[in-house]
Amino acid sequence: MILIYLIVILLAGAFLAWITGKRNPVLPRIISLVALSIDLIIIILYVLQSTPSDKDWLIDIKLDWIPQFGISLHLALDGLSLVMLILTFFLGIISVIISWKEIGSKVGFFHFNLLLILAGIIGVFLSLDLFLFYFFWELMLVPMYFLIGIWGHEKRTAASNKFFLYTQASGLLMFIAIITLYFVHGRSTGLYTFDYLQLLGTEMPSSTAFLIMLGFLAAFLVKLPVVPLHNWLPDAHTEAPTAGSLILAALLLKTGAYGLLRFIVPLFPSASLSFAPFGMLLGVIGILYGAKLAFAQTDLKRLVAYTSVSHMGFVILGVFSFNEIAYQGVVIQMIAHGISTGALFILVGQLYERIHTRDINKMGGLWEKAPVMGAIGLVFSMASLGLPGLGNFIGELLILIGAFKANILMSCLASLGLIAATIYSLRIVQKVFLGNKNTDWKMNDLTLREKAVSALLVISILWLGLFPQPVLNTAKPALLKTLIKQKEITYQNPAGAKNKTPGEKVLTVDL
Amino acid sequence: MTEKDFLCLTPFLIIATAPVVIMIVISLLRNYKVVFGFSVLSLLAAFSSIFFILPSVPHTIEPLFIIDVYSLFFLGIIIISALLVTLLSYDYIKQLEGVREEYYIVLFTSTLGAALLAVANHFVLFFLGIETLSISLYIFIAFQRSKSNSIEAGIKYLILASVSSAFLLFGMALIYTAFGTMQFGAIVAALGTGGQLSPLVISGFGMMMVGIGFKLALVPFHMWTPDVYQGAPAPVSAFVATVSKGAVMAILIRFFFNLRGFDNHYLFIAISGIAILSMFVGNILAIRQKNIKRLLGYSSIANMGYLIIILLTGSNRGIQASIFYLISYFFTTIGAFGVITLLSTTEYEAEKIEDFKGLFWKRPWIAIVFTLSLLSLAGIPVTAGFIAKFYVIFEGMKAGLMVLIISMIINSVIGLYYYLRIITTLFSTASDTKLPELSLSGNITLAIVGISILILGVYPGWLIDIIVKYVSL
Repeated sequence: MILIYLIVILLAGAFLAWITGKRNPVLPRIISLVALSIDLIIIILYVLQSTPSDKDWLIDIKLDWIPQFGISLHLALDGLSLVMLILTFFLGIISVIISWKEIGSKVGFFHFNLLLILAGIIGVFLSLDLFLFYFFWELMLVPMYFLIGIWGHEKRTAASNKFFLYTQASGLLMFIAIITLYFVHGRSTGLYTFDYLQLLGTEMPSSTAFLIMLGFLAAFLVKLPVVPLHNWLPDAHTEAPTAGSLILAALLLKTGAYGLLRFIVPLFPSASLSFAPFGMLLGVIGILYGAKLAFAQTDLKRLVAYTSVSHMGFVILGVFSFNEIAYQGVVIQMIAHGISTGALFILVGQLYERIHTRDINKMGGLWEKAPVMGAIGLVFSMASLGLPGLGNFIGELLILIGAFKANILMSCLASLGLIAATIYSLRIVQKVFLGNKNTDWKMNDLTLREKAVSALLVISILWLGLFPQPVLNTAKPALLKTLIKQKEITYQNPAGAKNKTPGEKVLTVDL
Repeated sequence: MTEKDFLCLTPFLIIATAPVVIMIVISLLRNYKVVFGFSVLSLLAAFSSIFFILPSVPHTIEPLFIIDVYSLFFLGIIIISALLVTLLSYDYIKQLEGVREEYYIVLFTSTLGAALLAVANHFVLFFLGIETLSISLYIFIAFQRSKSNSIEAGIKYLILASVSSAFLLFGMALIYTAFGTMQFGAIVAALGTGGQLSPLVISGFGMMMVGIGFKLALVPFHMWTPDVYQGAPAPVSAFVATVSKGAVMAILIRFFFNLRGFDNHYLFIAISGIAILSMFVGNILAIRQKNIKRLLGYSSIANMGYLIIILLTGSNRGIQASIFYLISYFFTTIGAFGVITLLSTTEYEAEKIEDFKGLFWKRPWIAIVFTLSLLSLAGIPVTAGFIAKFYVIFEGMKAGLMVLIISMIINSVIGLYYYLRIITTLFSTASDTKLPELSLSGNITLAIVGISILILGVYPGWLIDIIVKYVSL
């Protein structure tokens, strides 16, 4: 029941925040903080008191929802979702704190939407029923649409519409794929159900599997995003309020990556293997193209948005490498990217609050005025370029090692991305904090509240960079489970699989 | 007629007696509130009488009526929609000058026509029902005599509906010529023996389809819809979109499934073509609309396009899906038109998209219901429309109608675009236009509609259960 409580607490908090917001603008903030903290505490207490076990699912709950269609309220927690859940609550709390001063109007409704998005996101991370998964998948969209459309910057309407249409269109493709999978499974076994565990290992012709997989891929690759489908991202990120950008970059994109790991790989083991070369190619294109575009931006927020495209390229590369080490890297990369890019967005927000511009050419020499802010900016720029000791380094390194085993060429190309990342990250530091003063801004350094948030984020990224083992250990069983099918296939038919993974023998690097 | 016959006709008797009583009351004492209250009570009585006759169905009253659970279901939906429209109309009609009480007479006669369609088992009753409905609608649409728009819409509907009735009647005549019977069952029996259909029968069905297509506003017989939706008083538009279309849908499904029309190659292609055309034309034309009533008109064309996919599934589950879809569509449409109604006054009809600018910040409650209705039309989760669309897609895919389902998906995205535009307007910065105060009956209607949309969207299992258990043809 604990999983249902997690969602219900957020939903209750959302409505409470909305209702109280009319009388008092502070109450919604406090309610949101409390709701998210309760959730975080519940999940941390759970982690502390639970003993390691070999069970596939740490918690598993299944209730009937619409039994006529074989739809159930099936929520389950494993290591992967646990890690994502903690990230979600942590960044949720951060996003409430950073909006404290930024959001001045319609506070109640803002927090209503914020909590609703988070509820949708944890629903996505927990659902083991495909219909329920789609339900939550769509549920995150509407409040996000409002968040961008109401509290965003100048071009918010166009940006929010674009965001909604892209994700909804691709989501519908996934919906069709889900229903097709349901019928394919039902016809072959006589059991009509949307339950993930039942649908695993559905027997189907490879062409059917490939088509169904493409439907799922459409939704996940748009969310992630992958380069030809990334068009919504820079606009949405740039126009959203800071909390919106934070949640978009740090959590919403992760639902795409999570979908790849949870659904694409286990549900379509052989189809995803045959897609692997394209997947890796898309990843590499994303890494390089995103970095190139990031370098070309003059709008600081847009720049950070494009670095997301580049960083998520690593995630796709890792997912389609199909080995443990790359998967470990994917998990670390997801978290590290969430924290570091989130922190950069927060920084941009703080700058914007002070100097009301995001134009990089109007900045420069801000270190003098705001040394603390500069230092924080430096830390996260370094994280973004993959400096050892910070989280992103671990993630990218593990992914590159894993990818190297799968496909040497792709891995080499992808590692060029690290150089590109250095260029755009240093450009941020150079243009914003160092260099010539282009305008003589009057600005204060970070306030105590902002310092606290930044300190939290710095600590987490350092922790992830220096001591990633707990995260790796938590996620490991779930990742191994994901890869079981792939291994069977490569065992049986190492030559038949188009993936260049030479079977099991190289998968022995132990972490 | 036996006692049981009478019992089974109770809802109709109530609906038919009510306007007579109202007429008498008006001639003695003109009191708006009394007439309104009486109308609401009669509709409630008619609705509850459905439950009394449930045990005695299925019952056939030869040769015209067939009263089974299917028809009672539609009857229930029709009466509930009529009731919601009545509640919505209270303020809107109250403001009118001159005759107002007569509005409810027309409402009852048109509901009667619609209700008859749900139980028709014979061409005669089919035609009687459709004509009762149409003739009442002419008056209904043109009820605001002082407005040229309203009159124009009424005349347009009068002319086009007469033409379509002529088509329908001629089609029936041709089929009668071929088979010598006008009863659905007998026609089916006569059809079942021969392999090839004679040209006479095919042209008969074709002509009937023109007539029915007109009533449902399917492309290419949709031309009247935007003008009528725009010109008619807002609650009447709601009535046209729900009660009148639902009733025609009821008889279309019964007729089509009895005939097993989905087995006929030509009919199959024709219906598919009409469905795809309706979706695309409706949605694409809706994109450019600045008038919300017109926009909803086009959107209803598209929605009927989605719905007739069900005709081709050829299974009872398909019929059940269509009933769920209609229920959700009714609530949704009444919600959308309800908001327009409640924000309109006699002098000014709130029908332009700009009129809704910033509504959320001024009247959050109305704006929420409106948003829910629009999201439901767009098929976004947590709303009834999502489950309804899922149900139709589900049954369509089961029957292997992939082309239709894919065009439905494409159209959902197109539709989303214009619904989003309205929603964006609702949440944009407020302008300072004056808004009328809300009445109790308006609030009740919106509450019923909003809550129903949510309940059907989050927990639809019970309704699906009921439908699956009882409804079949």
